[in-house]
Amino acid sequence: MPTTMPEPLTSAIRVRGLKKQYGSRNAVNGIDLEIGVGEVFGILGPNGAGKTTTVEILEGYRKPDSGTVKVLGLDPWGQGDALKPRIGVMLQSGGLSPGLKPLETLRLYAAFYQSPDEPNRLLDLVGLNDSAQTPIRRLSGGQYQRLSLALALIGRPEVLFLDEPTAGMDPRARATTWEIIQALSERGVTIVLTTHNLAEAETLCGRIAIIDRGCVVAEGSPGELTGSVLRPETVFTSIAGLNLDPLRSSLAVNAEMCRETLDGTYVVEAPTSTQLVREVLDFLSAFDAPLFSLATGQATLEDVFLQLTEETP
Amino acid sequence: MKARGVLAQARAETALGLRRGESLVVTIGIPVGVLLFFGRVQTIAVDGDPLDFLVPGVLALAVMSSAMVSLGIATGFDRRYGVLKRLGSTPLTRSGLLAAKTLYVLAIETIQLSVLIGVALLLGWRAGGGIPLAFLFLLIGTIAFAGLGLLLAGTLRAEANLAVANGLYLALLFLGGMAYPLTKLPSAIRSLAELLPAAALAESVRGALDSPIDVPVKSVVVLVVWAILLPVLAAKLFRWEE
Repeated sequence: MPTTMPEPLTSAIRVRGLKKQYGSRNAVNGIDLEIGVGEVFGILGPNGAGKTTTVEILEGYRKPDSGTVKVLGLDPWGQGDALKPRIGVMLQSGGLSPGLKPLETLRLYAAFYQSPDEPNRLLDLVGLNDSAQTPIRRLSGGQYQRLSLALALIGRPEVLFLDEPTAGMDPRARATTWEIIQALSERGVTIVLTTHNLAEAETLCGRIAIIDRGCVVAEGSPGELTGSVLRPETVFTSIAGLNLDPLRSSLAVNAEMCRETLDGTYVVEAPTSTQLVREVLDFLSAFDAPLFSLATGQATLEDVFLQLTEETP
Repeated sequence: MKARGVLAQARAETALGLRRGESLVVTIGIPVGVLLFFGRVQTIAVDGDPLDFLVPGVLALAVMSSAMVSLGIATGFDRRYGVLKRLGSTPLTRSGLLAAKTLYVLAIETIQLSVLIGVALLLGWRAGGGIPLAFLFLLIGTIAFAGLGLLLAGTLRAEANLAVANGLYLALLFLGGMAYPLTKLPSAIRSLAELLPAAALAESVRGALDSPIDVPVKSVVVLVVWAILLPVLAAKLFRWEE
């Protein structure tokens, strides 16, 4: 039992100057993170960037070489016994005994926690009712992931770590998982999400840190991150194979800046002004060609990601 | 360490152990088979009642099969499947997990010893000498073989661990003075066998069940040394992730 009152928590996770070396390689090279209570925080980065090492230090699996790490005000390595009842972990893969059944496994894990959630309720939540008594070795990859998610929730965690939670899930299971994550966040659960699915990060995360070579190379909301990369561009679709020369001359751009990227998809590297829209319509009506769609080519998180992270040699 | 979690984990381990058919063959099938076969078919001459020789041998064999083979292989696959890693982020502590696995081994041993002693009594075996002492030696043997099983499980890949544990089981069955006396072995092999934990356990239990009790001091010393050495090595070298 703590002998002093814990300091009030403004942030659920606070990391300062975190470093971790494996041999001569700096897996994590000075990372700072501040994650607020109830936030869904995305950690993105290429393979080998230091994401997993960072998250495993937060989960208490690894000891940092230097820096301070606090999760719910506790040091995950030194105060793991106090922290573990309050966190939930979903590993990227594995973790479950193939010979046990889902309900059995949930009941087992429920016994580890002081006031666990109801195993049947969680099976229902992740949509595994019909497989409650199927040996885990016979679950599909997506079912296995859903059970892993249910197990991460069984202790009613205050902080939830999800590593690639929707990998291998079908679209419906993924949608369900996203709903679960959003609902948990609304209830004040702090969620740390590692993912390769940039659409997932864009949809779920309030803030994102992009990690590359052991450092945070960008941090902010998805909007801030995509806004920081300028890519003024207009995309319209029509029938394939139109001669773009009239449009190029009316816009005074070269062939590189106005081109057909896919059959029927045309890109103009210019901001979507009313002037430009008018020119496009004039161009299409000259050919009597229909306009199927016209969109502002806003930078996606993927563009930001690719621009900021270097290719691993 | 919360008792409820430890008990739940022990129950799950036991359920899994009883579901693994191959594990039951090694823990129950082979010791009972050895007892029945060598107890009924007198292939090898021993002084006195062959059951007085065989029963302590199969009790030692049973301990070796549950503490080393069954525990070791299960733990190796727990490690392979990331079960140990996943448990590492729950409130079940490492000592809690070790306690659960201890309870699992004791549960399997309780079943084994009940079956084996039952069969032995049906065959006409009568317990002599120091039964509590025999149980003490079986407990020390459990510690030694569990140490060996966990040492293999925590250092080898799951498949290698499976092969080595089963191979050692067979080798130690032959070199353990369990189904036939060590005196039948060539003297060079015999002196090696006497330094291994299997023969040390079988001989200690046999001495305890002799009437009068006749404990071979050398065997007990060898057994205790293994029971200290192997768990210490396991604790030092065990890797939680493969």
